[in-house]
Amino acid sequence: MMNLATVISSVELGVIYALMALGVFISFRTLNMPDLTVDGSFVLGAAVSAVLCTAGHPIMGIVLALAAGALAGGVTALLHTWLKIQPILSGILTMLALYSVNLKVMSNRANIPLLNQKTIFSLPEWVPGSDYAALAVSSMVLLAVMLLLYLFLKTKAGLVLRATGDNEQMVRALGVSTDLTKFIGLVLANALVALSGALIAQYQSFADVGMGIGMVIIGLASVIIGEAVFGTANLLRRLMAVILGAILYRLVIAFALELGMPPTDLKLISAVIVCAALSIPAVKEKFSVLRNKISAARGSKEVSL
Amino acid sequence: MLRINEISKTFDRGSVNEKRALHRISLSLDEGEFVTVIGGNGAGKSTLINCIAGIHQVDTGSIILDGMDITFSPEYKRSRMIGRVFQDPLLGTAFDMTIAENLAIAWAKGKSHGLTAGITRADLALFRERLALLDLGLEERINQKVKLLSGGERQALTLLMATMARPKLLLLDEHTASLDPAIAKKVLYLTSKFVSEEKLTTIMITHNMKAALEYGSRTIMMHEGEIILDLAGEERAEMTVERLIKYFESRSGTRLENDRLLLA
Repeated sequence: MMNLATVISSVELGVIYALMALGVFISFRTLNMPDLTVDGSFVLGAAVSAVLCTAGHPIMGIVLALAAGALAGGVTALLHTWLKIQPILSGILTMLALYSVNLKVMSNRANIPLLNQKTIFSLPEWVPGSDYAALAVSSMVLLAVMLLLYLFLKTKAGLVLRATGDNEQMVRALGVSTDLTKFIGLVLANALVALSGALIAQYQSFADVGMGIGMVIIGLASVIIGEAVFGTANLLRRLMAVILGAILYRLVIAFALELGMPPTDLKLISAVIVCAALSIPAVKEKFSVLRNKISAARGSKEVSL
Repeated sequence: MLRINEISKTFDRGSVNEKRALHRISLSLDEGEFVTVIGGNGAGKSTLINCIAGIHQVDTGSIILDGMDITFSPEYKRSRMIGRVFQDPLLGTAFDMTIAENLAIAWAKGKSHGLTAGITRADLALFRERLALLDLGLEERINQKVKLLSGGERQALTLLMATMARPKLLLLDEHTASLDPAIAKKVLYLTSKFVSEEKLTTIMITHNMKAALEYGSRTIMMHEGEIILDLAGEERAEMTVERLIKYFESRSGTRLENDRLLLA
């Protein structure tokens, strides 16, 4: 069984990654758009955060990371809405460009260590000496973000954003530019992703140019796991499900590592989890067809008897 | 209210699929006028409506609505003055949102879709009142998702959403064509009720010649991208479905291949 320290650190990671999962929720679920910018904007957030940490401004690092992520989301949105590039390709293009941008931000280093640097988790104001300082800080950020997001999605602008993912034609017929709603959605989504990256960098005390690989899949896995386990009854429930899904995902990974799985297999496991979750409806369908076939075969036998 | 001057639209110009959909169409509607549009497949009826709505850009000509030249304004902007109901009941509503949420977006049309409360208590009371007008019991299901509604119920809801913000122009593109006859009749009845109560300037495409003569105050017939008949007043009052079909066949030189047009 996992010991308490492992559980706590998994929950800590889960809480921070939940911000990224909320971003993925906005693009994939609310806008119904497969936004792959995430892999790049996560690192962008981490890079900005780390650079400003080494300059002694951890909080400014978080704020600017948020802005940088928003910018990245905006670029993807404009590629899609102005230049009519497919959404998935728009995201990939931004992600690719961000790889170079991220290296530039990190002054062409692949890695920035933050050992012995002041971070928001080590600032003296925060519950000094407590084991739960990191958890308290990130939980507060997460709760604030969730609340704001919830309130936003309940406004008229939020309703229109959700409707855009459902039915673009209807949104335009009701007088709202879907180019604008997509822009707002992707800006918001990638701001959250970058915020998550920024916190992870300070939490783990390093930023690495490769730390975003597969991030969108991890986010998607969190969303899917959350929805499957905690349900989608209403908006608040959905947001909570995403957060709990992100935490659960970390616990599953920690458990797998505990069982002796090499850390290099993590991406493989993530891919398998998402595959499994996405294929559930298709597998269910196949089973029910099979059942019908069997019962039909039985039925015809009975008739012939 | 609406003035269309010689608009033309050709799809896939220069390719083997080139299709002349509208050819120098001019049409004027007075305020409160209710025009029904008939014609065979490919006559350009839907293209006409889509050009007015801004889904398609016209090649030449101009469109003036309520004194404003909207020829080049983007679809979402002109939608603030135009209400629309589509043929496909799936297109008019957001299926994964509740009836109240759909109405809230429609109600905010032309006002603001900003950071104000999505649905207030007063809104809900208003929505219930409006839904009751449909006489489908939807006011009791206001917090249900639209995907739980039947096609007819959705179309009635879309009609309500299209008219509740009092548009300058209402465009209906065969909005009862995919409904079963009983509910289609109901939606048509609601259409004429809302249009006459709010005195909405309306263009309604229909495949049903009887309905075309029964509803509205004017009927136009289209063929190959042109208006070949424009009926109003006494001439229209004396028109019958049979004579309309004969006229169509003599003018177009084709027989109506499709009895969808004839069925009442």
